[in-house]
Amino acid sequence: MAKISKSPWLLHYDGSSCNGCDIEVLACLTPVYDVERFGIINTGDPKHADILLITGGINTQNKQVVEQIYSQMPNPKVVVAVGICACNGGVFKDCYNILGGADKVIPVDVYVPGCAARPESIIDGVVKALDILEKKREV
Amino acid sequence: MGKRSVVPFGPQHPVLPEPIHLDLVLEDEKVIEAIPSIGYIHRGLEKLIEKRDFNDYLYVIERICGICSYMHGMGYCEALERIFDVEIPDRAKYLRTIWCEMSRVHSHLLWLGLLADAFGFEALFYQCWRMREKVLDMFEASTGGRVIFSVNKIGGVLKDMDKDMLASFVKEFDAMEDEIKKLCDVFLTDYTVESRLRKVGILTKEDAVATGAVGPMMRASGIEIDTRKTGYAAYSNIDFKIITSNDCDSYARCEVRIKELFQSFDIIRQAVAQIPDGDLSIAVKGNPNGEAFMRVEQPRGEAIYYVKANGTKNLDRARVRTPTFTNLTPLVKILQGCDYADVPILILTIDPCVSCTER
Repeated sequence: MAKISKSPWLLHYDGSSCNGCDIEVLACLTPVYDVERFGIINTGDPKHADILLITGGINTQNKQVVEQIYSQMPNPKVVVAVGICACNGGVFKDCYNILGGADKVIPVDVYVPGCAARPESIIDGVVKALDILEKKREV
Repeated sequence: MGKRSVVPFGPQHPVLPEPIHLDLVLEDEKVIEAIPSIGYIHRGLEKLIEKRDFNDYLYVIERICGICSYMHGMGYCEALERIFDVEIPDRAKYLRTIWCEMSRVHSHLLWLGLLADAFGFEALFYQCWRMREKVLDMFEASTGGRVIFSVNKIGGVLKDMDKDMLASFVKEFDAMEDEIKKLCDVFLTDYTVESRLRKVGILTKEDAVATGAVGPMMRASGIEIDTRKTGYAAYSNIDFKIITSNDCDSYARCEVRIKELFQSFDIIRQAVAQIPDGDLSIAVKGNPNGEAFMRVEQPRGEAIYYVKANGTKNLDRARVRTPTFTNLTPLVKILQGCDYADVPILILTIDPCVSCTER
């Protein structure tokens, strides 16, 4: 893990997930897993965020919402797709309203598979994203 | 009359873990009307029944929602067991009851935490979620999963809990009960919490009936209905009283859910004391033919499963009516006339589960 020069803020958006991964994302913030030890704070404002955690696949209605949230985030920014649904649609891949994973509309930097993704793997994904964020910042 | 303005709320909002959109019509700081619009998490899950056979579909229906996933799977299995007309072994019934109540404990703790977060009491939020992690550890020990368990099958359950495990769970819940009692002192007697919840979002008994509220939302308005009393799984052998409150406000909803936590501990203790030895499942052969209807009391209220089969491996229809969907009408009702600052708390008091609602 590279040295973290800044305290990254995190934004979570639920694409069309079943809640499983969302709850695990929130669990990462609570005392047992505690991502605040990396200086990570959960924010609700896209303009404050460096990392976008997206759970669930993309559907016709949330497509614009996801695009809008991503465009509001300041550069440099990284996107972590949490859970198999955000990676490629997962168990809902064949549903008529699912267009696919998060990478259908926005560029994804880290994929965290799992159904539901475990807090340990989510934290691992976020830490990988921090490295990418550092590199993007240098450019 | 003040100036009217429309404020959009959601789909992405700090207080909402899930996307739901409300158009709030405000007159100064008062909400005159709330117009919900849903569909941000719609996946078209019921239509998927055409592409999956009835056994595989169990794994899809468990993923309607990650919080009550166990109960979704169980409701679907019980509906199909009705079509097959099979009686599952007693041990499986008790195991289902225990897992159901564990789901209720983790869901209510989750809700209490989110409520605390919504009124800005972060330490309380962390305490609730710290305790919830213990329930998840128990789930992991008994089923192998933290969120999605997949331990149901048509005709019984797939995994067993041995005596030592059940005894250790009861011990753990006893310890948890003491800790939650301390938390309750904050939730139910602290004046800062009371000032946010008392007399906020009143849903009278008449309104609760007229708008079709379900679950703790309805019981907090003094209506005594609990689907567990219909006696699915092993609930017919368990002694419990329906918890209600006549206060009809947000505080009453919090109180009902806290009392239900203690009730769940009691039900688990009773089930562990009564659980018989025996098989975990019986074999179910062939394809289903016919239709069945099943009601399950989820943490958020009554869920209804309707399954129609045609004798082939693909079902004609698997319909789920989830509690949050019916609780949206009472939500719109209690939002009328409330303060703008109370909107997040009122949305939370129905315990919204948007992915259930939209499927």
